[in-house]
Amino acid sequence: MIEARGLSKRFQDKKRGEIRAVDNVSFTCQPGKIYGLLGANGAGKTTTLRMLATILEPTDGTAIVCGHDVVEQPEKVRANVGFLSTATALYPRLTSQEMVEYFGRLNGLDEATLKKRVDDIFNRLDMNGFRDRRCDKLSTGMKQKTSIARTLVHDPPVMIFDEPTTGLDVMTARTIITFISECRDQGKTVIFSTHIMSEVERLCDSIGIIHGGKLLAEGTLDQLRDKYAEHNLEEIIVRVVGTQFANSEA
Amino acid sequence: MSIMNLHAIGIVYRKELTEWLRDRRTLISTVVVPLLMFPILISGMISITSVMLGKAEKEIPKVMIIDGDDSPEVIAALHEIKDLEFVPYAANWKDQISNKEIRAAVQIPRGFQASLASGNSQTVEIYYYEGEIKSDFGARHVEKSLTEYKDKIVTARLKAKDIPASVISPFEIKKENAASPEKVSGAGIGSFIGYMVIILSMTGAMYPAIDLTAGEKERGTMETILSSPISRLNLVLGKFLLVFSASLTTAILSVISMGSSFYFIGHSQAIASSGDHSLQMNLGWISILAVFLMALPLSVLFSAVLMTIALFAKTYKEAQSYLTPMTFVVVIPAVASLMPGVELSPKLALIPILNTSLICKEIITGTYHWNSIALIFASTCVYAAAAIFLAVKTFQRESVLFRS
Repeated sequence: MIEARGLSKRFQDKKRGEIRAVDNVSFTCQPGKIYGLLGANGAGKTTTLRMLATILEPTDGTAIVCGHDVVEQPEKVRANVGFLSTATALYPRLTSQEMVEYFGRLNGLDEATLKKRVDDIFNRLDMNGFRDRRCDKLSTGMKQKTSIARTLVHDPPVMIFDEPTTGLDVMTARTIITFISECRDQGKTVIFSTHIMSEVERLCDSIGIIHGGKLLAEGTLDQLRDKYAEHNLEEIIVRVVGTQFANSEA
Repeated sequence: MSIMNLHAIGIVYRKELTEWLRDRRTLISTVVVPLLMFPILISGMISITSVMLGKAEKEIPKVMIIDGDDSPEVIAALHEIKDLEFVPYAANWKDQISNKEIRAAVQIPRGFQASLASGNSQTVEIYYYEGEIKSDFGARHVEKSLTEYKDKIVTARLKAKDIPASVISPFEIKKENAASPEKVSGAGIGSFIGYMVIILSMTGAMYPAIDLTAGEKERGTMETILSSPISRLNLVLGKFLLVFSASLTTAILSVISMGSSFYFIGHSQAIASSGDHSLQMNLGWISILAVFLMALPLSVLFSAVLMTIALFAKTYKEAQSYLTPMTFVVVIPAVASLMPGVELSPKLALIPILNTSLICKEIITGTYHWNSIALIFASTCVYAAAAIFLAVKTFQRESVLFRS
């Protein structure tokens, strides 16, 4: 389970002064459910997810991931999390198998368990054809599969995906979407950010709309449709963001 | 608060080592260049020098005589000198020397022959192109011949007055080397060993320090590794160990390569027969080992500092531009230690790089000042520890890791 409690992140910018990238954001993601974080570029999605994955430390507030505090026990949080984004690249000079094994070892798996886990994952994701190929020689699809295997190797109960399909072709994106769906079926807690509406409609059990670092609306897709009297998710976002914009102007 | 975990550090180190060994650029800069650089440089320099010297020696220099019309005997004596070609006088003799058309010019003073006869002293001037090897040879040849001519006149004058030659030469002077071949060698090419170990342990650390920090940011793997449960302390230490290994490997390979090059060249027939021990590699392995031990904390310091600086960069190129000035920071004190007269003092013993370079110069000649050695080793260890601490702290700064 993920429980964000007033998560905030401020950055200092030489030109713009203090920037509130994430401002007092609270939400809960349940096991076996997918929580979608929606918003435009620069809305604060990536910063929020990075704080949940303990890559960044919150300026204020905290989050509890699998019973561990992201501020107090970041290493324990990371041991329970699989984090995947288009920015999480692979080591070019390691083979696909070495890459997955490296992360298995970093997650404390013993050699026997690691071998079994790697074999299972490589069979399940149909990766045996390129397990000894260096990552810089892999196709985009193979790279994404290796990244998935890397996040799965320690079988984490929480999965965090930051715009995982951005820039990918249809077939590779489909692999990722299927994988996210399978994570839910396995009872994992899943949070993912995107600005592709079809993915949200297809996958998310609940949705949070974030803009200017603030969580402006939250609920299931049906609840949001009822609340904003719009069927189309894109229109709902425009309404949510527009209302906030009008309020701030006033 | 993270604690140090040797197992986790070992996992990072093994992975970094695997990647490092698979990187062709690394292998070239760390292994191939140091192994080939010295044999090629040293043998190249020696062959070019010997070819140039051989050519200069074989050439019959063209020399011009200025004035001397009133001294026909002197001119005749000059013309008797072997292996010199005299060319007719030309007013632009200075230009001819500068343009390397002639190698030297001798100016005979007015009334020189008459002065010789009357016993008055005058000055004969030799003009040449300073720094130009062939002109240098030509001028030296003329000078030697004129000295012989002068000695002949002195001998004749002494004989005329029935005075023995020993009157003007009451005793002879002879220089003999009293130091052991090891010491001579240490003070000669050996003094470069410490310098080379210092410079190369820095250059050896530079490429991996960039690759493991800015390179990782540029490739997008920094976020990947930061999402794993390893603490940043253990991650930095694993990376640091690899940079340190690279630094040591480059320094060790370079010294082996340089040592063997000098050994073979020093024992080659030409140099061995010349008896010049300063060009021979007669250094004890204990001295070389001691130099490496003194350079160890310095290598740690370089590895940690280079990693810290490179981490600020977003790209490989940016890191290179940050680290290039570092080369001067290291080269200047290292070169300063090679200058004559720069000796180890308690104050200098606290200046990093310079202190190690100076103590290495002493160690290589077999001189061990234990107080200085202890002070320098301890102070460099303190600097190195501070640099590692700084590297760990920098790795924990989000503003550095995610600088946009």
